[in-house]
Amino acid sequence: MNERQILTSDEVRRAIARIGHEIGERNNGVHNVVLVGIYRRGIPLAKRIAAAVKQIEGRDLPIGALDITLYRDDLELRGPASKIQHTSIPVDITGKTVVLVDDVLFTGRTIRAALDALTDLGRPERIQLAVLVDRGHRELPIRADFVGKNVPTAASEDVAVRLNEVDGGDDAVMIVRGDA
Amino acid sequence: MTLPAVSPFVPWRTTATGKRRHVLDLDDFSEQEIIDVLDAAVSMKEILGRSVPQVPILRGRTVVNVFYEESTRTRMSFELAARTLSASTMSMTAKGSSVEKGESLIDTIRTIQALGADIIVIRHGESGAPYLAAQHFRGSIINAGDGRHAHPSQALLDLFTIREKLGRLRDVHVVITGDILHSRVARSNLWGMLRCGMRVTLCGPSTLIGNAHLWQSVFPTLNISYHLDDLLPHTDVLMGLRLQKERMQAGLLPALREYSTYFGIDGERLSKLPAHAIVMHPGPMNEGVEIMPEAADAPQSVIEQQVTNGVAVRMALLYQLSGEPAAS
Repeated sequence: MNERQILTSDEVRRAIARIGHEIGERNNGVHNVVLVGIYRRGIPLAKRIAAAVKQIEGRDLPIGALDITLYRDDLELRGPASKIQHTSIPVDITGKTVVLVDDVLFTGRTIRAALDALTDLGRPERIQLAVLVDRGHRELPIRADFVGKNVPTAASEDVAVRLNEVDGGDDAVMIVRGDA
Repeated sequence: MTLPAVSPFVPWRTTATGKRRHVLDLDDFSEQEIIDVLDAAVSMKEILGRSVPQVPILRGRTVVNVFYEESTRTRMSFELAARTLSASTMSMTAKGSSVEKGESLIDTIRTIQALGADIIVIRHGESGAPYLAAQHFRGSIINAGDGRHAHPSQALLDLFTIREKLGRLRDVHVVITGDILHSRVARSNLWGMLRCGMRVTLCGPSTLIGNAHLWQSVFPTLNISYHLDDLLPHTDVLMGLRLQKERMQAGLLPALREYSTYFGIDGERLSKLPAHAIVMHPGPMNEGVEIMPEAADAPQSVIEQQVTNGVAVRMALLYQLSGEPAAS
């Protein structure tokens, strides 16, 4: 397998700090913001963004966890049912600015499912999207509001995000070339 | 001495990718598979607590309830579970259907298949009927109770409730009392409970337990006792089963009152249980016979929560069987 590193752990740290700044800028402060991480790596990312925002704005943001398995549109393609994780959002999201957090934005289908899941849980004032990596190849009209890094990729490539909380070791983002 | 190993699935019980296709009993569930269902049910329960309790995952799938025997909670619970996952549901009961004109089980299953069913939930008075149905249906069969043989979704919801209340399954001591001889709930629970490392004691008059050696030839670690009062101080879960009057014409009991005196779950017996113990009953109850109203309504009773949990567990089963559409 052929791997190429596109973000080091320092670059991941700076990208998250920048996203933290941008969230405050875009929303004139963060008093109405709720962070919602998408399983799995969106959740540690949401926690890190919350820590960055705390440093900048001095305010603790509520953090939720969202599982979108039951909102997917590819049940028939995936074969065996994948494991469902627990959705828990600590506050009522109605009237709030929800910032969805995920590691990689690719086809947009995960975000489409997450939007449906969120609207079942309440009626946010607005929903924004923060991702560590945008790798292109969208299949739906969806874009991110906050992006750590835009990375042009080939469809045959894979983007692997490694976060200490989930994968152990140093943070890194790699492009993994498919065995073509 | 342990349980027999989980038998490998026979071909018609798996899909093309080797995944489970039917839920007929718990005898072919490994401990891990049971835990996976219970974990999924925890997430399903969260959905049931929402203000909009519906997710779209099974949109376009059809779940058909085929009930040859009467039922309130199992049928409604499966129906609610299917709807919460956005499946279409249909219901058939033997009364008022072509069964009364003499249509065979196999023909009924084929008819339902032709109407586009993906999952059939079947209850039947004859032990083994769902196994026959499974061999003539391209989708998935869930056994919702067959004769005195098996009732796997009930056993799973019992396990779910025990784990939720006591925090674990391993080494928990369950005492099952009542009409064990005729109980499909007890049989499926034995597979599930023993597979998950629980300790199980069957307790009742010997006429309602049957041949102890026969039980222990299948379940070597099973305890059998005829004295409920001796067990109570060491019981974590006391599960009462219904005395099945409709299955009991053979004079197995001298009198219902005698049964109540020795085995009925009443307030006095509850007071002999450890403080953390819970009381369960799969319903429907004969209040005043195997369980007294004061026990059914006691703080230790989780009977109503069993019903609620049943919906979550059945959602988990429907979801896990739905990875692939019915083969054509």
